[in-house]
Amino acid sequence: MAVYKQSYKRFEGTLTDQRWRFTILTRYAFQTVFESRLLGSFFSLCLAPHLVALGLIYLRNSPGALGALNLPFVRFLEIDGAFFLTIYEIETYLSFLLVTFIGPSLIAPDLANNALPLYLSRPFSKQEYIIGKLSVLIVLTSLITWVPGLLVLALQTNQAGLAWLSENVRVVIGIVVGSWIWITTISLMALALSAWVKMRPAAMFSLFGAFFVAASFGNMANALLDLNPPWGLLIDLNMTMRGLWQWLLLGRTEFGMAFAPAGSGAGLPSWTALLSVASFSAISFVLLVKKIRACEVVR
Amino acid sequence: MIPFLELDALNVQLAGRPILKDLTGTFSGSCIGLLGPNGAGKTTLLQTMLGFHAPVTGTARILGFDVRTHIREIRHQTGYMPESDSYIAGLTAIRFVRMMAELAGLPPEAAMERAHETLFYVGLGEARYRKLGSYSLGMKQMAKLAVAIVHGPHLLILDEPTNGLDPPGRQRMIQLVKEIRDTREINLIISSHLLRDIEECCDEVMILKDGRIANYCNLEEQRRTNRKFLQVELRGEHETFLAAVEKLGCECAVDQRTHRIKMVLPEQVEIRNLYELAELHAIQIRRLDYKRDSLQDIFLKAMEGRERSNGNGRL
Repeated sequence: MAVYKQSYKRFEGTLTDQRWRFTILTRYAFQTVFESRLLGSFFSLCLAPHLVALGLIYLRNSPGALGALNLPFVRFLEIDGAFFLTIYEIETYLSFLLVTFIGPSLIAPDLANNALPLYLSRPFSKQEYIIGKLSVLIVLTSLITWVPGLLVLALQTNQAGLAWLSENVRVVIGIVVGSWIWITTISLMALALSAWVKMRPAAMFSLFGAFFVAASFGNMANALLDLNPPWGLLIDLNMTMRGLWQWLLLGRTEFGMAFAPAGSGAGLPSWTALLSVASFSAISFVLLVKKIRACEVVR
Repeated sequence: MIPFLELDALNVQLAGRPILKDLTGTFSGSCIGLLGPNGAGKTTLLQTMLGFHAPVTGTARILGFDVRTHIREIRHQTGYMPESDSYIAGLTAIRFVRMMAELAGLPPEAAMERAHETLFYVGLGEARYRKLGSYSLGMKQMAKLAVAIVHGPHLLILDEPTNGLDPPGRQRMIQLVKEIRDTREINLIISSHLLRDIEECCDEVMILKDGRIANYCNLEEQRRTNRKFLQVELRGEHETFLAAVEKLGCECAVDQRTHRIKMVLPEQVEIRNLYELAELHAIQIRRLDYKRDSLQDIFLKAMEGRERSNGNGRL
């Protein structure tokens, strides 16, 4: 129908597949995210650790290039779980920052402007809304964690042979599992805070608070209550995730040992790190689901 | 006519408080008005139709689909314009309307085309690339209407569509609603506090009070019936005149206090016939009024609880 024929008309065409309709939210959110040059640049920066890793692996396995560049330390570099642990400890921070910048702008504007009744009055469920918004963070953080991680592993396998891969299967599984645990946790936290703290800057600060202030509280609890092992670390998301990465990539963990009273050497069991992160995710999920509704009921 | 809205002993509670109580009725008019004071349950009823609240007991069927079991189908067929501001301030109108069309299932190209058309249709064509946050209140109302109709629904639910509009804005909104109604491609449910809006647009009215249907009125029938009720004031000896009028088949009653005469005209009798008889019997008709049981009267009676009409007997 031409624009000049202005009258109400029903849509008679074919509708899109319901199963993939959540991707509409993801697509529109990507357009908004990448309108900001700053975020685009930061996203590129987040790929730096993996690019450096790719370069190092190439040099490590190319004696000619290594000789030409005169970088003797690379010769002694071991490409193993510890190597990837370093990359993923850095990526944990970078992905956290990325989610902190993007996450709060996903749900907060919809709630602040009361747009949820419009979304949910369409053939579009609350679950699809959450999955659509969650996909934005999951896709972006995947692109800087496990996806380039697998590319790095593929290059290393290509250079060092399948024998290296069979010796380091734990690293492959660790990268994928660890990344998904971390991605899910921070994405859910970011969305939950975005939903509860309707102002974007406040939601950003809350996420920082959950990451850093909770860690301080944990340390304070350890010191004041003289906890041994230091159970307060379980609310320190950074330390918990570090313990989890060690467990997944190295098969051993020193989770909490550095914080235990001198001489005791008592760390926390590795599974507690997983339990802690799972608890963060579960609480965030419950809070998020509770807040996403078409209309508020005043009690 | 096939009913597009059926309420079957519908009970809805919010936070443990009963809001809608045992609503029952069948509605088939092209435009239904929902009237009632604040807290009567108008918005809750609309939101229940969209599946925002689950009925405690009973159910509602919209276009034949049960809200308990087929809410996705209902939402496919429905466009909703909420009462409060609903938009995303940072998005341009065209992008917002297009996204909403896509969420309703339209392919991206069709959504883009219809978003442009709809924004032109509601009068926002020139402002469609502006961010919604910069719109005036009237423009935001129009943008909400655009969002509600962009996907071409079969049922349009408008919650207080003229809220906050100045007289020209209100007139434009009412005009659009009437245009949409007159296409006969869509059914409308309009909730409003403004009796005039309802009277202008609707052919059926449901009046809610304390979560119950206080009255149902078929405005179209009411208008037709009212045209046959007259109040006449005469000068002169009127007995012979009245006898002649009754011979035509009219029913007459004289109000002894005001000396006015109430008449009910049969289908075949016109006002002209009365003037002819008056001339014949040398009677002056000094005043002749149609009975006007306006929506305001109906509403006030419903609020006072004086009347619990069955309208056309479908409640």
